[in-house]
Amino acid sequence: MKTETPDRGTPPLDDPVDFGGPADSFGYDFGLTRRSFTKLLGGGLMLAVGLHAKSPAQESGQRSHGGFLGTGARTLAARIHLGTDGTITVMAGKVEGGQGARAELTQAAAEELRVPASQVQMILADTSLVPDDGMTAGSGTTPRTVPAVRQGAAAARNLLIGYACSQWEVEPAALEVRDGKIVHGTSRRAVSYADLAKSADVARQFERAIPAGVELTPVKEWRVMGTPVLRPNAREIVAGTRQFPSDVTRPGMFYGKILRPPAYGAKLLSIDTTTAKAMKDLTVVQDDQFVGVVARNSSTALDALAALAKTAKWENAPAPQPSSKDLAAYLKQNAEGGVPANPFATDLAGAKSLHQTYYVPYIQHAPLEPRAAVAEWTDGKLTVWTGSQNPFGIRNELARAFHLREDDVRVLIPDFGAAFGGKHTGECAVEAARLAKTAGKPVSLRWSREEEFTWAYFRPAAVIDAEASLDPHGKIATWHFININSGPNAVDTPYSIPKKDCQFVASKPPLRHGSYRGLAATANNFAREVFMDELAARAGADPLDFRMAHLQDPRLRAVLECAANEFRWSDRAKQKSADIGVGLACGVEKGSYVAACVEVSLDHARGKLKVNRICEAYECGAIVNPANLLSQVQGAVVMGLGAALREEVQFENGKILNDSFGRYLVPRFDDVPEIEIHLIDRPDLPSAGAGETPIIAIAPAIANAVYSATGKSVLSLPVRFT
Amino acid sequence: MDAAIAFTLNGKPQTISPDPDRPLLEVLREDLHLTGTKFGCGEGACRACTVLINNQPTPSCITPISAVEGQTVLTIEGLARDGKLHPVQEAFLAEGAFQCGYCTAGMIMGAAGVMKGNPGAHETEIMAELQRHICRCGSYVKYRAAIRRVVGLTQIEKRQA
Repeated sequence: MKTETPDRGTPPLDDPVDFGGPADSFGYDFGLTRRSFTKLLGGGLMLAVGLHAKSPAQESGQRSHGGFLGTGARTLAARIHLGTDGTITVMAGKVEGGQGARAELTQAAAEELRVPASQVQMILADTSLVPDDGMTAGSGTTPRTVPAVRQGAAAARNLLIGYACSQWEVEPAALEVRDGKIVHGTSRRAVSYADLAKSADVARQFERAIPAGVELTPVKEWRVMGTPVLRPNAREIVAGTRQFPSDVTRPGMFYGKILRPPAYGAKLLSIDTTTAKAMKDLTVVQDDQFVGVVARNSSTALDALAALAKTAKWENAPAPQPSSKDLAAYLKQNAEGGVPANPFATDLAGAKSLHQTYYVPYIQHAPLEPRAAVAEWTDGKLTVWTGSQNPFGIRNELARAFHLREDDVRVLIPDFGAAFGGKHTGECAVEAARLAKTAGKPVSLRWSREEEFTWAYFRPAAVIDAEASLDPHGKIATWHFININSGPNAVDTPYSIPKKDCQFVASKPPLRHGSYRGLAATANNFAREVFMDELAARAGADPLDFRMAHLQDPRLRAVLECAANEFRWSDRAKQKSADIGVGLACGVEKGSYVAACVEVSLDHARGKLKVNRICEAYECGAIVNPANLLSQVQGAVVMGLGAALREEVQFENGKILNDSFGRYLVPRFDDVPEIEIHLIDRPDLPSAGAGETPIIAIAPAIANAVYSATGKSVLSLPVRFT
Repeated sequence: MDAAIAFTLNGKPQTISPDPDRPLLEVLREDLHLTGTKFGCGEGACRACTVLINNQPTPSCITPISAVEGQTVLTIEGLARDGKLHPVQEAFLAEGAFQCGYCTAGMIMGAAGVMKGNPGAHETEIMAELQRHICRCGSYVKYRAAIRRVVGLTQIEKRQA
């Protein structure tokens, strides 16, 4: 019998699993001897877990090439290029998908080089040019890549100082670095990075590793970091001239379309390609289960594909397949090793206790730009432009699928139309490359919205089993919390509880699932925070007081106090009625802290729920870019609203039933309530990433607001009250 | 050979002969290489593909190219004049309103269309049009601020005129 905190569900912070590593790829293999891709169509998505064994380095958490953390820049030259004309180019393996990496990395370099942000040109995610900084995932750019870029830039600045000292035979203390120049005050001499670039000695030093422990500029001296620097290519965005992956055009490029199975797991038995193959300017590609067409334009490709599809004969996967309606029971039944029993069962006797089961459905990232890739083969070498969070991983995926050396594959990630954790994989890139290989010309492949809704991966569904007991003073005595299927992020509770058992248990996911903004923290935080309110009610305590009584972490207490004060929690909590509810929730994930208070209106006659007001406090250490941080928090709040109020992937017999924006309703302007964000700056603390954690308090705060009005438990998402 | 379709595109006469059923969006992007207008859903539900046809915001993904015969089409590429951004573009830039930027051109065209139809358009008219649009990054708060900014600016300009 366990009496202490086991916490077996929470892996160490640096374990890639904690961040939801890449979803399994389609497993395409277009090798000469094994012309098949059994993983997707042969086995179906039912078998999509664990297709690719992790490399030993990934298992041990070391930095592997193409792995979660990447290898970093091996030399200073790999990070920074100084032009003899004064241009400064900085290279990073991160991608820009709207989360603000381009602005923040530019600031990082500019700060340490002592130049304005406008003077730094940032090259992101071109595998031929940039260091492998790992995936753009797990809120890792701010805590890991920003410091890495600063290290390189500070090292370059030190070289400039050293160069000036040796040229002028002065001490470093006599020099000042400003606006990209080293100035010797007394003699009024100056050298610039352009001068430095001309030195052969400096060039040699750039070929060495970036020295560890280079001193970085303290927060209180920041001039560029900590300011609201606009995304460097913002003008191109509003002018419509910025090229997204869907917009990349190559000379002689054609357009591709892929034949998709009518349902998950369906196997192609036969197809008649003779008519299509006779058509002018049309290429048909069939490689076992893979069928696609390439044409001069998308309409021609679609028409040809529709004609081909009519000749296709399929064998469906064996029925019955799990559907969204019975998913909760299915996940529980298929929990690996069964659902763990409460180790504190004997403590429940005679105590106030509660046992609830929560359910969180599959949802889709639905980035506005569906997957897109342009592939071009030249002399057996492959270049692909695509939208993805994983440039080096996709290079690996392409090399594997076509049996190429990694050096013969170049992947470029133009700033793209969002991901939210949904673009870790390279299936579209591989498909475009396969089409281009046969077509003998560059091919642009852009998934349709229906394809994105069906063949991209999903945020995992979760069943969460929670049981707790209260001591005679109304404090939580025991806590048993089991996440089935969606993951270990934030499965542990931040509240002080004498006996707790928090675990993640895998199940047999019926859909291909992968990362998402906050990943399992969304489900775990929802269940935990909703459960907390129900326990508070049993203890006869106010939800805020109840949390505070169990919270030691000063950072979490601070955001909760901030949100509650700004929302005027104690006043509003008194004014709640059957028609107006107020709720709050908090959480910590990936080193940042969030709390939200919301007010909802319930229209009982029409069954309508409206969120009137959201007040969220957020703290992620020293703020690197307040404008970008505000956008991230506002955006996460809105995305959290979607998951709280409406989003739910419905499926049956291997088909997605709501595979369009007409049926899968994401938030629009009218859904957006009054949103008040309070960013707490902590210059004394390291900066954490902010792309994910601001989402995790929204759904539970809304559910708690509904509970406060109705007194009825909210056990699943999206929130319903009738 | 398909029949010629003549229309005005970004202020210039344009004659092309595509299959008349092809979507305007596809012809703009693939034949005319105007890729500023984006594909989001293919059913007019997200309005990333908004262009102005006779100043009317229109989803180009569900508009066949044949429908623009004799009409005036304006895309995001044609909105700025002589390198000077349209006030809506300026406002979106000033507010740093977008995140990934993929819906931005559609939003800008939607707002600009309402303002071209009614130069004194109130914020609520513009927001009613933008209700058709999706920003999956959830930049709605800043987009609304950009609209407020441009409406305010327009009113100031009118008072000054």
